[in-house]
Amino acid sequence: MSMEGRIHSLESCGTVDGPGIRFVTFLQGCPLRCQYCHNADTWDTKGGTVYTPEALVKEIKKYKSYMKFSGGGVTFTGGEPLLQAEFLREVCTLCKKEEISTAIDTSGFIFNQTVKELLEVTDLVLLDMKNFDPEVYKTVTGVPLKPTLQFLDYLKEKGIKTWIRYVLVPGLTDNLDTIKSMAKYLKGYENVERIELLPFHKMGEFKWKELGYNYQLADTEPPSKELINRVIELLKLSGKEIE
Amino acid sequence: MRTEWYDFEPGSWTSDINVRSFIQHNYTPYEGDDSFLAGPTERTKELWDEALKLMKEENERGILDAETLHPSTITTFGPAYIDKEKEVIVGFQTDKPLKRGIMPNGGIRVVKNALSAYGYELDKTTESIYTNNRKTHNDGVFDVYTEAMRKARHSGIITGLPDAYGRGRIIGDYRRVALYGVDYLIEERLEQKKLLERDVMETPDIRLREELSEQIKALKQLKEMALSYGCDISQPAKNAKEAVQWTYFGYLGAIKEQDGAAMSLGRVSTFLDIYFERDLKNGVITEEEAQELIDQFVMKLRMVRFLRTPAYNELFSGDPTWVTESIGGMGMDGRTLVTKNSFRILHTLYNLGPAPEPNLTVLWSNNLPKAFKTFCSKVSIDTSSIQYENDDVMRDVWGDDYGIACCVSAMRIGKQMQFFGARANLAKALLYAINGGKDEKSGEQVGPAFAPITSDYLDYDEVMARFDQVMDWLSVLYINTLNVIHNMHDKYCYERLQMALHDVDVFRTEACGIAGLSVVADSLSAIKYAKVKVIRNEEGLAVDYEVEGDYPAFGNNDERVDEMAVDLVHTFINKLRKVKTYRNAKPTLSILTITSNVVYGKKTGSTPDGRKGGEPFAPGANPMHGRDKSGALASMSSVAKLKYKDAEDGISYTFSIVPKALGKTEDERVEHLAALLDGYFHDKGHHINVNVFDRETLLDAMDHPEKYPQLTIRVSGYAVNFIKLSREQQLDVINRTFHERD
Repeated sequence: MSMEGRIHSLESCGTVDGPGIRFVTFLQGCPLRCQYCHNADTWDTKGGTVYTPEALVKEIKKYKSYMKFSGGGVTFTGGEPLLQAEFLREVCTLCKKEEISTAIDTSGFIFNQTVKELLEVTDLVLLDMKNFDPEVYKTVTGVPLKPTLQFLDYLKEKGIKTWIRYVLVPGLTDNLDTIKSMAKYLKGYENVERIELLPFHKMGEFKWKELGYNYQLADTEPPSKELINRVIELLKLSGKEIE
Repeated sequence: MRTEWYDFEPGSWTSDINVRSFIQHNYTPYEGDDSFLAGPTERTKELWDEALKLMKEENERGILDAETLHPSTITTFGPAYIDKEKEVIVGFQTDKPLKRGIMPNGGIRVVKNALSAYGYELDKTTESIYTNNRKTHNDGVFDVYTEAMRKARHSGIITGLPDAYGRGRIIGDYRRVALYGVDYLIEERLEQKKLLERDVMETPDIRLREELSEQIKALKQLKEMALSYGCDISQPAKNAKEAVQWTYFGYLGAIKEQDGAAMSLGRVSTFLDIYFERDLKNGVITEEEAQELIDQFVMKLRMVRFLRTPAYNELFSGDPTWVTESIGGMGMDGRTLVTKNSFRILHTLYNLGPAPEPNLTVLWSNNLPKAFKTFCSKVSIDTSSIQYENDDVMRDVWGDDYGIACCVSAMRIGKQMQFFGARANLAKALLYAINGGKDEKSGEQVGPAFAPITSDYLDYDEVMARFDQVMDWLSVLYINTLNVIHNMHDKYCYERLQMALHDVDVFRTEACGIAGLSVVADSLSAIKYAKVKVIRNEEGLAVDYEVEGDYPAFGNNDERVDEMAVDLVHTFINKLRKVKTYRNAKPTLSILTITSNVVYGKKTGSTPDGRKGGEPFAPGANPMHGRDKSGALASMSSVAKLKYKDAEDGISYTFSIVPKALGKTEDERVEHLAALLDGYFHDKGHHINVNVFDRETLLDAMDHPEKYPQLTIRVSGYAVNFIKLSREQQLDVINRTFHERD
């Protein structure tokens, strides 16, 4: 029996998950329960549509011209793509054969031998830091921070190009001192090319309701321009490109 | 060499009429960026303000003014100005800016109705002449129409036919006026006419001799018209200003006498750039003056007006004239045809603000200079006023001096024309296949009577067999109908000036079209991959359908259904190719609905894809609203699969995206849009309208039109002023798929 993966959905025209125009694959299943998650419908590991690596790559390949002209590629997100590292390793190996650039958008929570093998065929990691304070991290995601930091160390060791992502939620992840220490911490990671600041939005709220989950951020507003600018200033302490 | 041609490199253009040769020998490709561009001059701004005032008044009243007595010819009206002192480029169609002329040769009833709809009354004598003395195109057509043709027209299975108005979609090579002067053009025609003095004269020769005589008269009148503005165009243009003015006079003569549906300009900007470069080099003009010439030229093109009935405006969303200008592209020798003037004409969208006309059409090639691609992309994001067409695909077929007529119809300038044929409603044809040739709305037997399908669930093979028969019948009827129309149009409403600006031996296409492509493809897919239950009325007529289960829909880059669409186009054009055409025109096909997808939808009952009776079709080759669920590229890729060789009259695709979905920063958006176009055209997509704005902007514009006087959106192959759309059409635009994932 050939290997199979569970896919939540496919988006042929992604422009915000890595460089250029990207085919974005949303994988099904996530061990985290981030309060601001805008894809709550990807949590359940049993949902989604089943694909073989070949079938998925067949879809990805259709957009090679767009990837070529834009310097884009394919991005795997979710859900937590590393939950299906074995499947993804096959997919990315096939993509590399097609000269398609690969990116993985992850929390870095899962780290094992298969993940290491997957990273051999990964061109870019979008690492969502969520928070740099272990307590807050736990509050935001429901899981500990430590695995993510270990994951980042491994990326550094292997020299894998990494973009750090940080979702700014007023009242939840706007702990400025922690942001400052995160920026300084990242300074030591030369594999980290840029930090992307993602302002919180509520476009995923309806999914929580549909799924019968309790959305705790219903009264939270998107961050103000002032707050965003302050955070950007702090992130600049990392010496990285800030987006 | 003529003295006016100083500094130009000679070539075959110096001894024969050959504008392409002139361009190839003399133009200066430009690979730089937009930093050289100049803003509008003071007098341009003042003049444009006055023009805007007139347009505002026009918008409030429907039309500003109309002629009721004198049918318009090239010389009917003397000169007209907004402000003579400020006008660098002159000339209006009638004796007042924006006043609409009457051109009854197409049909007197349309003129009369249009006038009365706006509170004007057609002069009794004029009406009587065109009713009792001078036959019109419209009368000619209806004298000949068969019963089958009338029925097909009435039911709307063939629709939008140019049988009551001018056919348009003919591009005169207006550049010839500037390059050669009119006297030379007259001489050439006289010589050609002499060649037709044969021993045995048969109808084609007799007809052509008459046409040539008409052409010569038109050219003489053109000189007279220009003289009324103080310009002697008998000789070639001597400088940039004259080159623009002479070219515009050529076009102006055409639109004084013909009100064809689409009166396109051709491909003039790079041609004119040669004169601009010469004058800039010799210090005759500055960059500001060069831009002023283009701004003022474009201003005139924005003020082209025809008298239309409100029903016509409703069909086409506003008041379009399709003054299409083709920009850029690559030459056969690999040099780009982008010049500084390609930038200048796009820059008018900043200097004068966005506008639907002229219909700025960029001929895109993967090999265009990067700086030009970036500039186009930026202008699209800022103004949503550009459409793009695949130069790499079209150059293979038409060479490197073709232009776009109307929306997507390519033709070699001065060498080729088309017999515009509107479109056949293939969604309706599919319903006829199910109902044994009966119209699903009226129950009338429109097609040939054969056994209707009587099963509860539709069977794919059975439906396809019947559908094939219906298409056989439809293709013959369709071509014959067009033959009647164009025979009569040549006879009673001949485009004498436009044809004077063509070679004598013209290549003609019979430009057929189809509406409802995605409806049919989805219907066939539903029948094959889901279950479609038929709901019949008391008379046994299938009037509705229930789709049980899912089916792959066109627009998701899914081969199962996309191939059905590709095959359908291939099958239908091949049927059309079998039918004999008037003047041996070559049948071509467009997948284009203009904005009449709303009206066609209204006239078509429920379809097996689950679309309810009366609901709009998707425009052109677009996937049905909301069914393209796999993102923008999937939608574009499905459309790009349709083969240009099967639809050489163009495949229209309209694309709307919210700015955020193009990227986070402005630079990223510009880069991504250019790459999107590169990818689409690399994959052989033919045409794309690009709209970049938020749905919220449109909703706000519906409620507060006064805040958005110039909000321009691209629809099917052209652009419209959003606030001029009917509420229904505005909603149709808003309900279309916006690619907005971020």
